[in-house]
Amino acid sequence: MYAAIAAARNDASALLLDKSLVGRGGATIIAQMTVAAAIGHEEPDHWTDHLQDTLAAGRELCDEGLARLLCENGPARIFEMDGWGAHWARGADDRIRQVKAPGHGRARCCYVDFLNTGPGVAGTLRRQVSTLDPVRRVSNIAVTDIVVHDGRAVGAVGLDVVSGNVVTFAAKAVVLAAGGLTKIYRRNSASTNMGGEAYALALWAGAELIDMEFVQFFPIAHLAPRLVGMDPIMWDPFRYKLGGRLLNGDFEEFMHRYGGQDSGTYTTVRDQASYAILKEVEAGRGSPHGGVYLDFRHVPDATLRGAFGPVIDRLAHNGIDLTQTPVEVAPTAHYHMGGIRVNGRMETCVPGLYGAGEAVGGANGANRLSGNAITEALVFGECAGREAAAAVAGTPHGWTARAAEGAVERLNGALGATDDSGIPANVLQQRLQTVMWENAGSFRTADQLGRALDGIREIREAPVAVRPTGSYNLDIQDRLELRAMLTTAESVVRAALGRGESRGAHQRLDFPESDERLVGNQVIEMRDGELTARWPAGAGR
Amino acid sequence: MTGEDDPTTGVMTEIRVWRGRAADEGRYDVYRVPYEEGMSVLDALVWVRGHVDSSLAVRYGCVNANACKTCMALVDGQVAYMCTARLTPAGGKVEPLPKRPLIRDLVTDTVPDDEKLDPSGRRE
Ligand SMILES: Cc1cc2nc3c(=O)[nH]c(=O)nc-3n(C[C@H](O)[C@H](O)[C@H](O)COP(=O)(O)OP(=O)(O)OC[C@H]3O[C@@H](n4cnc5c(N)ncnc54)[C@H](O)[C@@H]3O)c2cc1C
Ligand code: FES
Repeated sequence: MYAAIAAARNDASALLLDKSLVGRGGATIIAQMTVAAAIGHEEPDHWTDHLQDTLAAGRELCDEGLARLLCENGPARIFEMDGWGAHWARGADDRIRQVKAPGHGRARCCYVDFLNTGPGVAGTLRRQVSTLDPVRRVSNIAVTDIVVHDGRAVGAVGLDVVSGNVVTFAAKAVVLAAGGLTKIYRRNSASTNMGGEAYALALWAGAELIDMEFVQFFPIAHLAPRLVGMDPIMWDPFRYKLGGRLLNGDFEEFMHRYGGQDSGTYTTVRDQASYAILKEVEAGRGSPHGGVYLDFRHVPDATLRGAFGPVIDRLAHNGIDLTQTPVEVAPTAHYHMGGIRVNGRMETCVPGLYGAGEAVGGANGANRLSGNAITEALVFGECAGREAAAAVAGTPHGWTARAAEGAVERLNGALGATDDSGIPANVLQQRLQTVMWENAGSFRTADQLGRALDGIREIREAPVAVRPTGSYNLDIQDRLELRAMLTTAESVVRAALGRGESRGAHQRLDFPESDERLVGNQVIEMRDGELTARWPAGAGR
Repeated sequence: MTGEDDPTTGVMTEIRVWRGRAADEGRYDVYRVPYEEGMSVLDALVWVRGHVDSSLAVRYGCVNANACKTCMALVDGQVAYMCTARLTPAGGKVEPLPKRPLIRDLVTDTVPDDEKLDPSGRRE
């Protein structure tokens, strides 16, 4: 949405397509925590300090140019959105409130109360974009291919989900901002459209991906009892503010067995916490749903209410009383550091094709600081829209129906066929999620990754059930999404196999140490339909 | 989503789901689904799609955060978000929103007119 806004104010017209309803799909709307930007309202801060923290978390792999863009332009986006009516939480002095999240040296994370940051951000952009005449919004279009002609991106092909018709769109430039990939894992914090289609669309169009091995897992996502109306990663702020003890299924502390400590403090780093939890479960000491307990029973009710007021009521609505019962938590796939390879103008190597948001790789390197992802979405979106508008000014359309023929035929083929004997695509998606969870999670070995490739191949070859049902056909949507999920999953596995070391979010149990020779970013590309991983000159083995 | 990890309690519940392509040509399909305490109506429908009939059409986005506000339907006769409406062991009934044009099954046309392909709101 930010890209469309920026394009419109730089004299371009923009078509904003979303598979969901515009501004309601994806991750932004469910994010409940914070947006990091060095606006210095809470305490003196500077974007260069934010950059230092971001680079440190990225473990030598950040693209410094992109990280700099994120940190330097973050404040402008926060203030601009403030002008558009974003309700950033404010103190009595009317300054924007900021909190300090782990890894940030300053209190620089802005938020919307209470746990309402994502809906606040998405709502503000939705309102703003709807006031701009040059922006045409179209909901319920699932883009299935970017159309490339003479090496340039000239438009897109998609499915009108509601009617079931194939639609084509001509454009002088295309910005791919279709979000992350965590739905390729069985346990995830994703909403429905997060199967990583952006990465596959980019590869098929001839663009490159980087850092695909770096998927961020969040160690203590909510597991049970069933909690509705809340973001599954909501326990993080509880832990900063109140501690909370992690206990295994036998109600014993266990972090010390893995070199960490717990005792109600929140000091163990994320990877170590995830590892310890997965090991306890593997050893048969997990909680009933396959995680561990997070226990706040030692925290008095008044303290809980003082820190989280209305959230405590929302929990009560879910039958959860933290003073009485511990909740179950477990690691979950949460965010993707890797993605489409772009330069500082958000251009991919395919002229006319831009990336933005979580779909872009590089800014966060091997690990992302909390709060940087929304900033990335805002800043990169603005940049991509502005740059694309400038690049196409005065140029003619490059669209030809011929260039779209292959993609249109493939899509029509998928829509026309009927074969009820196969396996429904959503069931195959579940199989893929299990394969990825068991073999390509945060802790991986070459053997497991090999099994992941086998699993991906089997699913790709499995017969898919196809039913001709026209309008709002989830079977077809699932099938198209599965095709992209398989390509994206394979790119994660190939990159993970290629990096024989442990660094940040990529932990190879067969290579537990970091290897200085591997300071560099692997590139994934598609050549003749095959995915390959390569190291840039000077890095790799 | 954690559905695949849920330990089965063995308790089943029933959900009656309106299915059809035109408001006056529908039927109710009844599905038996494994019951878990606290489960939502949407949890049950996602289970049905994954285990019984993937052709069931249902619109949702954020699955359980109740943030996207796209999953409205009639649950036991009341307008509700399916991702927060709880299912009980006694079962439940789900129908499409009555005041919106029907697209299919539980999906109604909730897309704002200015977000449609044809600005007149018509779709061919
Ligand atoms: C539960 C949760 C909590 C989070 N909390 C925070 C937080 O507190 N702070 C923070 O900084 N970050 C947080 N993150 C990460 C952050 O929310 C995301 O990285 C960021 O919002 C991504 O924005 P985006 O615009 O790139 O993508 P999204 O907001 O995911 O939007 C992508 C859009 O693309 C659409 N789409 C996908 N595929 C297609 C297709 N084929 N055709 C058409 N449209 C398509 C989707 O429907 C969606 O609307 C959180 C993430 C999650 C999942
Ligand atoms: S699925 Fe998002 S509000 Fe119900």
